[in-house]
Amino acid sequence: MPPKMLQQLFHPAPTPGVLGVFGHLDATVAAIRDLKAGPYGEMTVYSPIPRHELEDALDQPVSPVRMWTLVGGIAGCSIGAWLTLYMSYDWPVVVGGKPVGSIPPYVIIMFEMTILFGALTTILGIIFNALFARRRQGMVAYDERFSNDKFGIFVPCAPDHAGAVEAVLKSAGAEETRRA
Amino acid sequence: MTTATAPSGTVRVTYDYVTRTIARTLGNPTRGYFLLLGAAVALLAVGIVCLLFLLRYGLGLAGYSHPVYWAVFITCFVFWVGIAHSGTLISAILFLFRSGWRTAVYRTAEAMTVFAVMTAGLFPLIHIGRQWYFYWLIPYPNERGLWPNFKSPLIWDEFAIGTYFTVSTVFLIMGLIPDIAAVRDLATGWRRKLYDVTAIGWRGSNEQWRHYTRGYLYLAALATPLVLSVHSVVSWDFAMAIVPGWHATLFAPYFVAGAIYSGVAMVITLLVPIRRLFHLEELITVHHFENLAKLCLLTGMIVGYAYATEYFVAWFGGNPSERAAFWYRAFGPFWWASWTMIICNGFLPLLLWFKKIRTNITSLFVLSIFVNIGMWFERFVIIVVSLAGEPFDKFNNAGYNPTWADWGIMAGSFGWFFMWFLLFVKNFPAVSISEVKEVLAPPRRRGRAA
Repeated sequence: MPPKMLQQLFHPAPTPGVLGVFGHLDATVAAIRDLKAGPYGEMTVYSPIPRHELEDALDQPVSPVRMWTLVGGIAGCSIGAWLTLYMSYDWPVVVGGKPVGSIPPYVIIMFEMTILFGALTTILGIIFNALFARRRQGMVAYDERFSNDKFGIFVPCAPDHAGAVEAVLKSAGAEETRRA
Repeated sequence: MTTATAPSGTVRVTYDYVTRTIARTLGNPTRGYFLLLGAAVALLAVGIVCLLFLLRYGLGLAGYSHPVYWAVFITCFVFWVGIAHSGTLISAILFLFRSGWRTAVYRTAEAMTVFAVMTAGLFPLIHIGRQWYFYWLIPYPNERGLWPNFKSPLIWDEFAIGTYFTVSTVFLIMGLIPDIAAVRDLATGWRRKLYDVTAIGWRGSNEQWRHYTRGYLYLAALATPLVLSVHSVVSWDFAMAIVPGWHATLFAPYFVAGAIYSGVAMVITLLVPIRRLFHLEELITVHHFENLAKLCLLTGMIVGYAYATEYFVAWFGGNPSERAAFWYRAFGPFWWASWTMIICNGFLPLLLWFKKIRTNITSLFVLSIFVNIGMWFERFVIIVVSLAGEPFDKFNNAGYNPTWADWGIMAGSFGWFFMWFLLFVKNFPAVSISEVKEVLAPPRRRGRAA
């Protein structure tokens, strides 16, 4: 892959917009509602912890990670069944007078594989979905206080709209705003 | 900044306080930390030396003696797998039950789980004697095209422990990511670089939280039945055999309760020094210890009930072999092991009915050590004493005695476990930053709900 494409993938150009820093949850929620009511409905919200107030205000769809878990679980169960039955019939040996393909003990392997694959695909689901979202949003501005005790909203906008966005954020209670 | 009520009521605990207090634990190690780490490494060295002798001279150095061919190594395996259980219980099951108190203790429990499974995994390898053939356990056909026997509990065990280790590790790492990002944003120097990589780009954006919270919920839902299944499968290593003292349908719930019991006790054993060493008294409070003690009391009573049931069934069932096995267990040459187990696990935890004991950290610490000792002896009694007392074996000489190699490797396993644990808590947050914040009231402008 040419270096330029790699650079675009891992270090894309910063997305222009406005970053607001909030010290209070209710102010952040108010800002989200004000922005969504106006023409600046697209935004990235930062918070040190997940809060249902933010989820409600953002009104996001349910994460598709659940589908990854379901597919992984079903795949794991199927692989467990295939593994045990194929290996039993590939060289049939009667053990303890039981049928060669004896389902009850194989359920244990199927169960463990369901959990294993379900868990691993869940992780993949989280990583891929978060990466896709990041790719979609581009390189948006961030402040290191967001992982500590501050909330943040980044609104992507053209430089000539930045003033209007700043006004919305400040009127909702932003402690500071910054143009990116 | 507005925020929260302090759990202890003495310091005002805010989001910033939580981040900085936990990030402080990652600073330069103190002399106390080095002393603990040194002790752990010294124990590990003892174990390594004994293991090297065992590799050089063979399993004859261990105390194996007919018919006791499962002994201290398998006892240690079951003990450490048991220790691993409370971690996922606290992190997954209590998460699903929305128990707020788990947030301050679950990281320690999860790390303990991962390191305990790592320790447990060593013992089957040591026990097999020819360690260089360990890969025979993996399901692949041997030179005659013969596959492993999936009707054997030992293969179930391999799948169960492998899955448990993978899922517990994944769960630990998942929980760590937002916290690593929090300490990354405060760190400088080489730690900044380390956390930059390990936080894998976490920023706490709404998209990240959306997928993370949903995924974490499903991981917890998957881990919950796994906790119950793993020690059930371990118990079937014994219950599927017809040895008196092993062949009981009671074994799965009995082992699961025992595992959680010993695991919670180990969490207390680990948390008490960590709390003191890192000055986490405001975050890990007496309330948390009291809840752990209640969990210990509940599972301890289930274990005590299981002990009573075993003896009752041996008598009431009328099977002479079973009766002889349990008579041997209580009054045979290993009576001291059986009564250590019964006193430590059946009677001592009853002290936890008293609130004064439950809320006294020193008493809890001492009691947790007794529970750990009792639970090790429980596995010793089940495995070794049942084999030694096999009444139908006319060649049974029952002359089993653990040797220095057994004890040395067992001591080494404690060193291995504590070494990893101590290294972990010095390099990664030992208490969850984001989840402790979740149970605090969020900062609000007007002191009302947002």
